[in-house]
Amino acid sequence: MKKQLLLGDEAIALGALHAGLSGVYAYPGTPSTEITEFIQSSPLGRERGVHSRWCANEKTAMEAALGMSYAGKRALVCMKHVGMNVCADAFVNSAITGVNGGLVVLAADDPSMHSSQNEQDSRFYGKFALIPVFEPSNQQEAYDMMAKAFDLSEELKEPVLFRVVTRLAHSRAAVETGEAREENAMNASTDQWVLLPGIARRKYAALLDKQPRMEEAAASSIYNKVEKNGGKLGIIACGIGYNYVKEAMGNDGNVLKISQYPLPEKEIRMFAAENDSILVVEDGQPVVEQDVKGMLGAGYPIKGRLTGDLPRTGELNPDNVAAALGRETGPAFEVAKNLAGRPPQLCQGCGHRDVYGALVKIIEEYPDARVFGDIGCYTLGALPPFKALASCVDMGASITMAKGAADAGLRPAIAVIGDSTFTHSGMTGLLDAINENTPITVIISDNLTTGMTGGQDSAGTNKYEAICLGLGMDPAHLHVVTPLPKNIPDIAQLIRDEIAYEGVSVIIPRRECIQTAARHAREAKKK
Amino acid sequence: MKKDIILCGVGGQGILSIATIIGEAATKAGVNLKQAEVHGMSQRGGDVQSNLRLSTETIYSDLIPQGGCDLIISMEPMEALRYLPYLSKNGVVVTSNKPFVNIPNYPDQEALFAELNSLPNVVQLDIEEVAKDAGNARGANVVLLGMAAKYLDILSPEQLREAIATIFARKGEAVVEANLKCFDKGVEG
Repeated sequence: MKKQLLLGDEAIALGALHAGLSGVYAYPGTPSTEITEFIQSSPLGRERGVHSRWCANEKTAMEAALGMSYAGKRALVCMKHVGMNVCADAFVNSAITGVNGGLVVLAADDPSMHSSQNEQDSRFYGKFALIPVFEPSNQQEAYDMMAKAFDLSEELKEPVLFRVVTRLAHSRAAVETGEAREENAMNASTDQWVLLPGIARRKYAALLDKQPRMEEAAASSIYNKVEKNGGKLGIIACGIGYNYVKEAMGNDGNVLKISQYPLPEKEIRMFAAENDSILVVEDGQPVVEQDVKGMLGAGYPIKGRLTGDLPRTGELNPDNVAAALGRETGPAFEVAKNLAGRPPQLCQGCGHRDVYGALVKIIEEYPDARVFGDIGCYTLGALPPFKALASCVDMGASITMAKGAADAGLRPAIAVIGDSTFTHSGMTGLLDAINENTPITVIISDNLTTGMTGGQDSAGTNKYEAICLGLGMDPAHLHVVTPLPKNIPDIAQLIRDEIAYEGVSVIIPRRECIQTAARHAREAKKK
Repeated sequence: MKKDIILCGVGGQGILSIATIIGEAATKAGVNLKQAEVHGMSQRGGDVQSNLRLSTETIYSDLIPQGGCDLIISMEPMEALRYLPYLSKNGVVVTSNKPFVNIPNYPDQEALFAELNSLPNVVQLDIEEVAKDAGNARGANVVLLGMAAKYLDILSPEQLREAIATIFARKGEAVVEANLKCFDKGVEG
């Protein structure tokens, strides 16, 4: 046994390595990024040759992991919650094919949207795909449960979802760790994973047949337990919700801690029978609250996010949970008077700044222009001093929304997308636009990295012109420029010229992210 | 015994290094610790904070409740004020007194310092100046940690010095010495 301080993400990564992982497949996304980074820099991971290179997006990651599982080895897929939407097709169908080597899908949810565009709850995906979900309450459980998750996956021959939230992913605590077990040997499946209707029907029935065993596993899980300490209020505390309950109640209260799903119905009915009412404390959306209502019927009083006893939006915290339990906490000092918001900004010297320097001129000159944005550091172009963006929705939506708006007659329609986001989900949209020669101007702001998540490798570096030409771009309307303050007038003129062209244009402003450039300079100096 | 701390400042000022040093000292001393950080978008010139909880008992919540924070350690005076609703009645604020102005609507500085000085327990220092005088301009955050050392209680200044030596060891003896000097200057106040 060794004790070390680990982020929740790091505990997950080490837990997976020690569980005999052979490959992690992921696209960077807050708050999940550090899992893959930990495996990339782990001596054990390197010694064993554990696959850990970044993937182009969450769908390619999910599918590659399924392939590794098919070959008999253990694979982990990591993503932020919205990545689940990107890989949903492969994810849901992996429950139909079933797995061979253990397959754990990790979704890091972001209630309160610290660094995200929504706060969707990945536990819905677990229910949707009809597979078990693990939801650790602390860093130690995150480490320990990873081996259990792989074991259950291999026992059931099904993928398992592992759900964490920002406050666990990005919080550090001491974790006791054990020995690393061996990886699985290569042992390719001989079963047909061909989801033709005839086979898929049989496999779907087999998945449904496994449901009682999944519920039984949750009922007997050491991570789901009842604490009886008096009173008639039953508290169902899910994941890290348990911590806030303990913070407020100490050793008081009747608590049913839930860290493994599907919900054990018999245990919940027994817990309800022993109490007069139930409070459901869960971080994210009211997934369990709705289910428990369904189990217990309208007559049984159930409180939670749906009843307003806990807030409907935002993350749980020690204050809102204490309030729901009738144990008020409160400030000793008022909110300060001399206080201003300090929003994040593009770094001084960042190339995206010079791209927006040109775009704000265009927006001034063309009042009808709309700039459709995308997801990355450059989304900050929506804020002052630029205020340049009309939209930012999901990875790749800049190009396709510009296309749809142009189809409707909007001119000029401009898309701004980063290099990594372009290879994640922008390329197919550009193909659509090229096939119709839609009059849009696409700016691929290439900083040679995945900047917002801390400078991970970008899948298409050095390939952007080739990709665009391969998709059928007219070379006359494909330009590469260097975004520097002195070049802003030239870039603005180029955008004007391409706006005048009634077809697809692509402009690639290319200059390395100043953060990764500084890091590379430091590394070079060391050598 | 417990000590709930909010570390705060502006992205890039080095608050996470302070957390790393305290974490090292706490681990060695066998004190329980939980430390919630903020990563991602808010790194870029925005406000950053970290909840750092130390206790001899089990720590459940990763976050500090309102009115429960014993110590605010801030790299920037306005950022210290941002977390007042978390400060306990007898809580202490240890802060740099040098505003970092990267927003157009930074509050009037006279009013800001009047509000800061109206708090019962405030310790301020121009940590960048002290670090420069100590010959280690990059050690302002370690000066701040030195200022906070006497309020940490649960860990002694000597335990923090040892942690600094451990954390900076791989950067060489000179870097360790430079940081210890910054720490000692902070302790002197």
